[in-house]
Amino acid sequence: MSEHKTTQELQNEAAKIWEELEAKKTAGTKLTPKDRTAIPPQEMPSRDPIQRAHEMGEVALGFTETQARVESERCIQCGGAPCKKGCPVGVPIPEFIAKIQQGDFKGAVDTIKQTNLLPAICGRVCPQEKQCQSFCTVGKMLKAPEKAVAIGRLERYVADWERANNQITVPTPAPDTGKKVAIVGSGPAGLTVAADTRRAGHSVTVFEAFQKTGGVMVYGIPEFRLPKEIVAKEVENLKKMGVEFKTSFLVGRTETLEQLLDREGYDAAFIGTGAGLPKFLGIEGENLIGVFSANEYLTRSNLMKAYDTEHADTPLYTAKRVAVFGGGNVAMDGARTALRLGAEKVYCVYRRTRAEMPARAEEVAHAIEEGVDFHFLENPTKFIGDEKGKLIGVELLNYELGEPDASGRRKPVAIPGTEHVLDIDAAVVALGNESNPLMAQTTAGLNVTKRGNIIVDENQKTSIPRVWAGGDIVLGAATVILAMGEGRRAAASINEYLASK
Amino acid sequence: MHKILEKRQLSYDQERDQGVYYFKVTAPEIARNRKAGQFIIFQIDDNYGERVPLTIADANADEGWIALVYQTVGASTRKFSRFNVGDEVPVLVGPLGSPTHIEKMDGVVVCVGGGIGVAPLHPIVQAHHNIGNKVIAIIGARSKNLVIFEDEMKAASDELIVVTDDGTYGRKALVTEPLKEICEREKVAEVVSIGPAIMMKFCVDTVRPFGYPITTSLNTIMIDGTGMCGCCRVSVGGETKFVCVDGPEFDGYKVDFDNMMKRMGAFKDKEREADHKCRIGLDAGKVSA
Ligand SMILES: Cc1cc2nc3c(=O)[nH]c(=O)nc-3n(C[C@H](O)[C@H](O)[C@H](O)COP(=O)(O)OP(=O)(O)OC[C@H]3O[C@@H](n4cnc5c(N)ncnc54)[C@H](O)[C@@H]3O)c2cc1C
Ligand code: SF4
Ligand code: FES
Repeated sequence: MSEHKTTQELQNEAAKIWEELEAKKTAGTKLTPKDRTAIPPQEMPSRDPIQRAHEMGEVALGFTETQARVESERCIQCGGAPCKKGCPVGVPIPEFIAKIQQGDFKGAVDTIKQTNLLPAICGRVCPQEKQCQSFCTVGKMLKAPEKAVAIGRLERYVADWERANNQITVPTPAPDTGKKVAIVGSGPAGLTVAADTRRAGHSVTVFEAFQKTGGVMVYGIPEFRLPKEIVAKEVENLKKMGVEFKTSFLVGRTETLEQLLDREGYDAAFIGTGAGLPKFLGIEGENLIGVFSANEYLTRSNLMKAYDTEHADTPLYTAKRVAVFGGGNVAMDGARTALRLGAEKVYCVYRRTRAEMPARAEEVAHAIEEGVDFHFLENPTKFIGDEKGKLIGVELLNYELGEPDASGRRKPVAIPGTEHVLDIDAAVVALGNESNPLMAQTTAGLNVTKRGNIIVDENQKTSIPRVWAGGDIVLGAATVILAMGEGRRAAASINEYLASK
Repeated sequence: MHKILEKRQLSYDQERDQGVYYFKVTAPEIARNRKAGQFIIFQIDDNYGERVPLTIADANADEGWIALVYQTVGASTRKFSRFNVGDEVPVLVGPLGSPTHIEKMDGVVVCVGGGIGVAPLHPIVQAHHNIGNKVIAIIGARSKNLVIFEDEMKAASDELIVVTDDGTYGRKALVTEPLKEICEREKVAEVVSIGPAIMMKFCVDTVRPFGYPITTSLNTIMIDGTGMCGCCRVSVGGETKFVCVDGPEFDGYKVDFDNMMKRMGAFKDKEREADHKCRIGLDAGKVSA
């Protein structure tokens, strides 16, 4: 583990580099690509690992201004912008970085917003190392993908700058068209459709089952990774644009989609209900007391603020030894939440190895720094309970990596006879989510795949007239940026349809 | 949005310091779309509040209200009991769950309600009655002052049997006694049982020798109520089911009541050991199903 550096130390290092860069500039020398790639990658300031593991505050603190300026100078503005191709929504990356190089932060964030409506969020939660940054020429030149230009951190910097300096410009919607759009679900997909259809002048209502808006961004992803205030700000801006939110409204039950379209007079509808059906392991003992789905565990903590024992009514299950099963973002969030809820020992059990983990690299690094104990190449076979039905342990089996499977990842193979028991008093099953069947069950004629994902065409249109869908309910559990991308495509198609009506 | 139109205390249990309250709340969409057997989830504080499921005890679509009956058992329900007419319920979502299966049946429908379980049973009795089924209702309570919804149940059933533990009102018996007698004497099409888990378990045992179908309505802990979290899961016929979407009603023969009771105790500090000898049918569980 590398030494933890404080923000001040990182700032001092950056300031020194910046001085040298400035000196060159005043001397009239242009930075060559070689000069630029020689600039050391800027490290993300973060709170002290030992202290932060017990607090809910955000872990990654964001670049300082100097760091952002220095990091931006690492971009060589190579031709062809390979990074942009790695971005699911095609953010004009070199263009926004060029603005930062010029010190024009507002210009930079406006450039991003041409295609990405939620940069403060995406800058924090996108798997950049698998997307834009994996294509970056600088990373390739240095033969070290982790030394690519820190595009995500720069994106976050300018979005945070805009918010902190009250520079957010709320778009003025086009004149009222008299058309009504219903949006089901307030996750990133739904919020994006709301923004784009409202901008076109339609009257827009977002229906959300929970009492709070934001979808997984509020009930799944924890505060220490994505402050809820940032999501709330995005919703607030939509409200300023005139979008109406109806919370505690479960479409399909409170009213069906058909009722909204036929009775309440909506002209078009978008379904962005997310994945939201927890996968369990299907092994013995899964219904013991102390076994949770990650959704339950995280929702109790995030949405009902179970960690705030002074105020929360929601009883908190106190556990000293917690095992989390899975290797994705959901598992990292579960493990790190367990630490913050007071667990003394937190294990993360994953069938494969660190290299195969689907989680964002930064989250894995943070989890390790905070003391999560990883058990790679192990998988549970059964949960063990006491006579009261309480979880006391889990039996694990060792694995090794075999031949690559269809996904190209090497398939984990069990090693018989290696069963062993880990003593735990809580288990968090974080294997991801499948599709919630409610909309399909309550909407006649809505075609879904065998796995329950809504089937759409290239414009996100479903099998029902006037109904579009996007995000996790179409893709299966995916990412915020992909949900947003689908939302934009759906909104464009909805706007086109409503204009022609 | 959800204004309290009427509030009544239906009973008060001195021994346990628990009140049972009746609240009539505006909820036009829910009133219009709810069916017998469905429930809502409420929260008295959208930041910190616990999410509490409550079955809809009554509703009027024309007037746009639903009625909720609950017992003060936890922090949230106690705080809720201090709400008054004119106050707003901050969070109320529904109707949730799958509706009761109601059809015209050949034979009697026996509806058994224990403690606060009588309230959620009421719409089911009504629905069977309205479709033309003969309904015998059995309601049980520990003592006279804890009997609720007697008039409503009388109006909706063909025959009503009231039992109390201590014999202070109606017959001195447990709900399983008249249930057994009816099973012996009538052609029973279905038994519906709602109440504390332990009571439903014993109703199942009572009906089993006769082989009549028995439906039980489960009242697990819930969060979202939409199938997202899995905290309401129960084992039914060896399969994991979510009470909030697959239920709340399940075939009584298939429910693993022991596992369910353990899970329901998971968040309680002191697990009240159910003494089924004297309290069968009467130990009103956490909240109504
Ligand atoms: C713990 C966790 C961590 C994650 N971390 C990351 C990450 O780091 N980076 C990343 O890119 N992605 C991450 N993801 C995935 C990402 O959050 C999702 O891909 C994304 O939120 C999907 O957006 P969506 O709009 O499709 O749906 P959601 O965000 O799931 O929102 C759907 C909303 O619809 C509501 N809803 C559902 N049914 C109904 C109905 N019938 N009526 C009304 N409302 C309804 C739900 O309550 C919910 O609010 C994570 C997911 C989880 C669970
Ligand atoms: S690939 Fe890298 S160097 Fe090239 S434009 Fe994008 S960020 Fe800059
Ligand atoms: S309450 Fe969450 S799945 Fe049933």
